[in-house]
Amino acid sequence: MKNLKSWLCGTLTCLTMAAPVAGFAAEDVNVYSYRQPYLIQPLIDAFSEETGIKVNVVFAKQGILERLEREGRNSPADVVLTVDIGRLDELASKDLSLAVDSETLNKNIPAEYRHPEGKWFGLTRRARVIYTSKDRVEEGEITRYEDLADNRWNDRVCTRSGKQDYNVALIASMIAHHGEAETEKWLRGLKDNLARKPQGGDRDQIRAIAEGVCDVAVGNSYYYGVMLSDPEQKGPAEAARLVFPNQDGRGTHVNLSGAAIAKHAPNRENAMAFLEFLSGEEAQQMYADLNYEYPVREGVTPASIVSEWGDFKADDLPLDEIAKYREAAVKMVDRVGYDN
Amino acid sequence: MSADSAVLSAPIEVPHLQRRRLTTRWVLAAVFVTFLIALPVASVFYLAVSPDENIWPHLVNTVLPVYVANTLLLLGGVGLLTFLIGVPTAWVVSTCEFPGRRIMEWALLLPFAFPAYVIAYVYTYMLDYAGPVQIALRELFQWQRPTDYAFPEIRSMGGAIIMLSLVLYPYVYLLARAAFLEQSPSLFAVSRSLGRSAYKTFLTVVLPIARPAIAVGLSLVLMEALNDFGTVDFFAVRSLTAGLFDTWLNLSNIGGAAQIAVTMLAFVVLLVTLERYSRRRQEQYGSRDHGQQLHRFELSGRRKFLCVLLCLTPVLLGFLLPASVLVTFAWQYFEQSWNIEFFRYSLNSLMLAAFAAISTLSVGLLLAYSRRLQDTRLMRTLIRFSSLGYAMPGAVIAVGVIIPLAAFDNWLDLRMEQWFDVRTGLLLSGTVFAMVYAYTVRFLVVATGSLETGLQRITPSMDMASRSLGFTPGQTLWRVHLPMLRTSLITAALVVFVDTMKELPATLILRPFNFETLATHVYQLASDERLEQSALSALFIVLAGIVPVIVLSRNLTRQAKT
Repeated sequence: MKNLKSWLCGTLTCLTMAAPVAGFAAEDVNVYSYRQPYLIQPLIDAFSEETGIKVNVVFAKQGILERLEREGRNSPADVVLTVDIGRLDELASKDLSLAVDSETLNKNIPAEYRHPEGKWFGLTRRARVIYTSKDRVEEGEITRYEDLADNRWNDRVCTRSGKQDYNVALIASMIAHHGEAETEKWLRGLKDNLARKPQGGDRDQIRAIAEGVCDVAVGNSYYYGVMLSDPEQKGPAEAARLVFPNQDGRGTHVNLSGAAIAKHAPNRENAMAFLEFLSGEEAQQMYADLNYEYPVREGVTPASIVSEWGDFKADDLPLDEIAKYREAAVKMVDRVGYDN
Repeated sequence: MSADSAVLSAPIEVPHLQRRRLTTRWVLAAVFVTFLIALPVASVFYLAVSPDENIWPHLVNTVLPVYVANTLLLLGGVGLLTFLIGVPTAWVVSTCEFPGRRIMEWALLLPFAFPAYVIAYVYTYMLDYAGPVQIALRELFQWQRPTDYAFPEIRSMGGAIIMLSLVLYPYVYLLARAAFLEQSPSLFAVSRSLGRSAYKTFLTVVLPIARPAIAVGLSLVLMEALNDFGTVDFFAVRSLTAGLFDTWLNLSNIGGAAQIAVTMLAFVVLLVTLERYSRRRQEQYGSRDHGQQLHRFELSGRRKFLCVLLCLTPVLLGFLLPASVLVTFAWQYFEQSWNIEFFRYSLNSLMLAAFAAISTLSVGLLLAYSRRLQDTRLMRTLIRFSSLGYAMPGAVIAVGVIIPLAAFDNWLDLRMEQWFDVRTGLLLSGTVFAMVYAYTVRFLVVATGSLETGLQRITPSMDMASRSLGFTPGQTLWRVHLPMLRTSLITAALVVFVDTMKELPATLILRPFNFETLATHVYQLASDERLEQSALSALFIVLAGIVPVIVLSRNLTRQAKT
């Protein structure tokens, strides 16, 4: 027993000793990120170089909000980076983010892309577009999201999971425009048109067109740019055509990636500096050039590949409308059994 | 009468009361540890009964039946397949003589080193429409489009069952083999001499004796399959775990997620209860007849070939093939991957795995031995309760760990500020301690199960002998049981070590700032379709997993021969 006890005690002591204490150094900024680290690494490096502030990142696809909530006032997080408006809105509505009033941010980011009280800030825009096969679909054959439920596309459509943030936002925008009943009918029609069970990521849908699994797919705009600029993925991407939907009507649905300052941020100054940097010209240009997204800051030009797709009309539905219908959209996906 | 003779004439045995007290201490310790282990699970229960918004009716009316049906299908398929691979291979390797047998002994454990999600990425890469296999087929037969031919879809329920079985069957193999090796050869010989055929003997004598071990192996497999997130997520199989993540992350309803977790627990309780109920009247004490060489069967040529084929197939599919793909990638991208980060991640992974193994084993030993000292209903309930963590998906345990630790940290922080004007901040949350805590909760059943099985095979007369000589329970454990439990201990330690190296969801959620492990690194790259760059780290997880596998196998063999 003695032996065992000392063994246990020893183990526990060892563990506590070995636990690295989160750095609270004044020259750091701590980031909880839903975004893949390598996408933002160049931005982080540029920021550190410019300011000398060290950036610590925890990346996770899930559980960040939960962690933030539990850590409460002792949370080391300064900044939360998200990939979709739904999460930004959740941060604000759960009172996990700080209301920030920064002249720089207000100047750099147009009002429609930030929270009225400064509880979150959009950093990049991405259009949710329709991809069609260059071989099997005529140009102009599909022009609206509504057309996706058309019988003509039976067994010819691919999408990723209906529960994925980008699709949830799209469905929410449909609800905002058409109401629940109409949207549910549309979603059922779309489900009947699926060529295969929803799976994979946005790039997989473009690949499925190249492979002939389907003729029409839904995806974010920047993936097309990423694929075209990578010699290995260029082939599949060139088999697909990018269509900005609803150009003759309300315009294409646009989502935001963005950031918020955590409510209990220990390094508030540095967090502000980081956000201001991300909204600045250099960082916005990097977002545009490296990830083919649309910068929120006016006067920054998209990458040349992106410019080739031409200008498009974006849906001007306020983003908090989309966030409002988020839950209704998710439940609708369950009701329709979209992913089953 | 001198004092000496008075001592001599006094009874040697420890007074009854003191003996009781000694074992009671063990039980109290067990109760305390179980409380700690149950804390995260209890936190999840607490969440389940107090969700922000009751989502249960919505789930029941829409997706829950689908989740349950898919989960049953997945578990049924994986259970059957792992049994069909694990038991026969364990039997032929333990009792037959065929070329390459000694290599197969440990080679059959190799797939164990593969995380399921990695094997899923590799096979998807190979078997997808754009993968090398289908391209070759299309070139061979001049097919143009997917409609020209039928090729099974890897991203499906069937695919998930095969992937999971390929990496999980070693649980069954390992425990079945340990049981076969520790069986007394004389039992087999007696049955044979009484005129039973070898096959009949296997069914009527060997299998029933090995049953507890195989049952433990199978329940481990099923719980692993239940917990898998990486594979079902990638293959779009809507199991309960996938549904749980979905409810938590997309419906933002952790209460609902906790309710699904409780549903999953019901599955596990059912599994464990069935397994225990089925052997409620069995008691077994193996006697090791030392010096007896296990007599191996000499097989005919055709049968030899079948044995080789039987053992080679799972090794080939579960290890050699995916490993060679990874080696090729690692070779091509070596420059990019071989850097200081890679070493740091490796060190982190190894450190975590070692801590987790030590911590899990200590707790498991305490519980299993307390039950041996006092096999009461209380102890049995404690053990059953403490094993529930294994049924919880890693991510849920992570949340369950965060809640009490954060509550404790915040409470302490407030108190310290009030009393001493010092802020302690987050003392335990977001540290390695929190991670090891989660791993211990999650993998405890591996240790307890293995040690219980091991202890069951030690006859109680050993304890009686030791205790009647005046040794305390602790001394008895140290001097008598531990040496005899060596195989079970090593098995448990290695299983936990390798499992921790592979664990993903909890690691993702709990890790401190700037702290990556090999598993999180691989997942991030591979889930972003950059399998090539992640190959080196994936290989290292696999390699680290292989070393203990080999040591383990040699140990088993040596044990069998002593």
